[in-house]
Amino acid sequence: MQDGTPENSTVKDANDLEYVGKAWQVTYKDVKHAEQRASQAISETIALIHADDTREITLVISGEAGQGLQTIAHILARMFMNGGLHVLAVSEFMSRIRGGSNSVTLRAAHRSVRALNEHIDLCVLLDKKALQRLRGRCAADTILIGDPAIFVDEMGMFPLPLKELSANIGGAIYNNSLVCGYITRLIGWELSHLEIALTRIFTDCDLLAKNCAAARVGWEYGVDSSGRCSIPPCEVKPGRILLDGSQAVALGAVAGGCTFISSYPMSPSTEVLTHLAKLAHAHGIIVEQAEDEISAINMGLGSWYAGGRAMVSTSGGGFDLMAEGLSLCGAIESPMVIHLAQRPGPGTGLPTRTEQADLEIARYSGHGEFPRAILAPGSPEEAFTCTAHAFTMADLSQSPVIILTDQYLLDTLYDLDPFELPDTAPGSRIIATTEDYRRYAPGPDGISPRGIPGLGAGRVCVDSDEHDDEGCITEDFDVRISMVDKRLSKLRLLREDLALPPRLYGPAYFKRLIVGWGSTAAVVAEALEQLQPVATSFLHCIQIYPVSKAITDHLHRAKQIIVIENNATGQFARLLKAETGCTVSREWHKYNGLAFSVDEVVELLRQEVEL
Amino acid sequence: MSENSYLRTGCDVAWCPGCGNFGILKIVNETLQEMELDPRQTVVVSGIGQAAKTPQYLNLHFFNGLHGRALPAATAIKATNRNLTVIAESGDGDMYGEGGNHFIHCIRRNPDLTNIVHNNMVYGLTKGQASPTSPHGLVTPLQVDGVILEPFNPIAVAIALDASFAARAYVGHADQTRAILKAAIRHRGYALVDILQPCVTFNKLNTYRWFEEHTTPLAADHDHTDKIQAFARACENDPLRLGIFYQNEKPVFEDQLAAYRGDSRPLFERRVDLNKLAETVRVMG
Repeated sequence: MQDGTPENSTVKDANDLEYVGKAWQVTYKDVKHAEQRASQAISETIALIHADDTREITLVISGEAGQGLQTIAHILARMFMNGGLHVLAVSEFMSRIRGGSNSVTLRAAHRSVRALNEHIDLCVLLDKKALQRLRGRCAADTILIGDPAIFVDEMGMFPLPLKELSANIGGAIYNNSLVCGYITRLIGWELSHLEIALTRIFTDCDLLAKNCAAARVGWEYGVDSSGRCSIPPCEVKPGRILLDGSQAVALGAVAGGCTFISSYPMSPSTEVLTHLAKLAHAHGIIVEQAEDEISAINMGLGSWYAGGRAMVSTSGGGFDLMAEGLSLCGAIESPMVIHLAQRPGPGTGLPTRTEQADLEIARYSGHGEFPRAILAPGSPEEAFTCTAHAFTMADLSQSPVIILTDQYLLDTLYDLDPFELPDTAPGSRIIATTEDYRRYAPGPDGISPRGIPGLGAGRVCVDSDEHDDEGCITEDFDVRISMVDKRLSKLRLLREDLALPPRLYGPAYFKRLIVGWGSTAAVVAEALEQLQPVATSFLHCIQIYPVSKAITDHLHRAKQIIVIENNATGQFARLLKAETGCTVSREWHKYNGLAFSVDEVVELLRQEVEL
Repeated sequence: MSENSYLRTGCDVAWCPGCGNFGILKIVNETLQEMELDPRQTVVVSGIGQAAKTPQYLNLHFFNGLHGRALPAATAIKATNRNLTVIAESGDGDMYGEGGNHFIHCIRRNPDLTNIVHNNMVYGLTKGQASPTSPHGLVTPLQVDGVILEPFNPIAVAIALDASFAARAYVGHADQTRAILKAAIRHRGYALVDILQPCVTFNKLNTYRWFEEHTTPLAADHDHTDKIQAFARACENDPLRLGIFYQNEKPVFEDQLAAYRGDSRPLFERRVDLNKLAETVRVMG
């Protein structure tokens, strides 16, 4: 930060109008720079996918809830990253605290990996039910590992007698480190790689020592299978970090200048709230667990009104409860950032699974007519950039901006370069009011300059009833029309000046255009890369509403449009048809609660090419 | 009207002639005048209903939000800028019915704000249906055989939740109501002032006369620091007691937030420290 001193980063007095004005301009420019950098980062990622080295390994660990799969995933992902590999860790789990059968898939490779594939190289089974669930993903060359005490009659399985081995080192709580040790041996790595990762996970010296001892037991037990599923470590890229999508959203919020978050816990949105709670002290953020989602969004609106930069994080059911608040946001022309983390519905649905079926509530919820924007990041980098940008968009357009993620993106661990931060800290476009201030009097650009109580000599009045330019209730029909027009005119800003552009993967001259949004990005990009069908490109829409001209232009240039989305009815396809008049010739849907895999998209694409 | 009036001039007031709201508006204005509150540092937050229109008639900042949702917005406004004096003002249906959950949790949170509730025991704006505080048996256009629900007792609920300030006033007793309001605004923490008022159009039972006959001040020796005694008085419903039932000094919500440890500035004066954020990214990853 260039102006990091408290003196410079503060609005010093009520009359310092110019400073406040400057702050937002720098912010806006800066966000544009950040987008360019993010765009460049994505291109680099794609370039990496093109790299020759195809060595990779897919490892699945399955077990019951409470057995610590997340811990194993974190330890191994960190070990892979520290060993110079790129890594992706995808979790699928049941909505329960103990029992059931969950799994985590780790894909590690010498080139960037950002998508899930089906085939398993190494499969560690910590519970009996897992084999049945995973059999479809296993082939003849898959190495299955299980405790003979659980899999008594199973043939062709590498025995890992966990119960027996852990009995001497303190019991089942050390199973995870033991399993990690065994896997480390199977991939042909020295134990030191694992020990470094364990040091990061276990900060307590005693616990660390015990877990390192357990890891050694596992590693030594694997002596006869050493390197059976080998992937060599490679040159370590310094400074790489390991984050999941929730962390990327939370960090993006901080970068966007978030100072207030109020939310009600609901999977899979909760982690964003949790991460911001951890950052509350360091970054001076007010974090409040509201009594319900209705309270959460009304708190958020109260905070923006008083000069905060607020966000709420929720999932479908909670967002439904926020609908009236969203409409209030439109009525009082408040900025608002809403993180909507999708999971399958309707009702409680599949609380811990993934889906892209809340686009239409994001687009249409809230009574009455008012502008909004919806951003759907497809990678952790985009999750960071979109969230930061959402604050600028909301602030400048005085409208709600919804960041639409899903369980798959949020709970997946990625290795990445540290995010590029803006050069200047963003601030709100607020003015110090004068005595004659009228909150809803249009400014030169049609947008009413936003004042806050306590800054300036004017009165700041906002009302959910239709109001005049002073904010007072009116039923004057002419005023009504001018207020509706003024509110709706802000959509242009969201569609044009502040819009995030889509990304095109593949040739600029295409006949067939696959269109997706949100978390399907990496899967489709990799499938396209594998199959390389002629004249076929993939358009990944990051800002899905309002639909920008860039998207419309691409759609109009395509001979054939295929829309892929993780839902049953094709919500984005419907939106595109309505907004652009395009014809969608095919829709690829998936709605079993899991994300698309690369193999599935390759197969869909192959069928399409062969037609 | 005196020179330093907080009343907005020239507005078309939407209340029925004789409405108790006029009395409350007058009392609020006189209280603010006596306290000489800085009008540019005072925000009135309201929901929807006839009482919720009060801020329209005051020359103060206002946030006139959704039905039942004044308290979450008011809490956040105070937390976002602690220099502001925040008053959340609405009716009994708004605060105790639609906003009941927020009422409960706002008391638990204890933000430093004053919660004025116009309690006329009936719904006005929607034309005469029962409110949460309507007495048992009240016949309305909707409760045609009379109300069968027990009336909500806001003072008893507040005391049970250990509210830091709980009082009941009657609009007909202007002097006492002003004194209570003043104490409530001065009090640091959540302060409930439930003000009884008649609805001259829809509530033919709880009239000015009825309130005169069925209310009585708390005894002179009432100890408002004694929670059990306060609760006992709150449970008495005929006559209804008037005065400050309970006052309990305790830490306020916003002062305990991490954001204010070592930094007292309101949120609008802050910017993210990007060096610190770069370090956060590194540590988290």
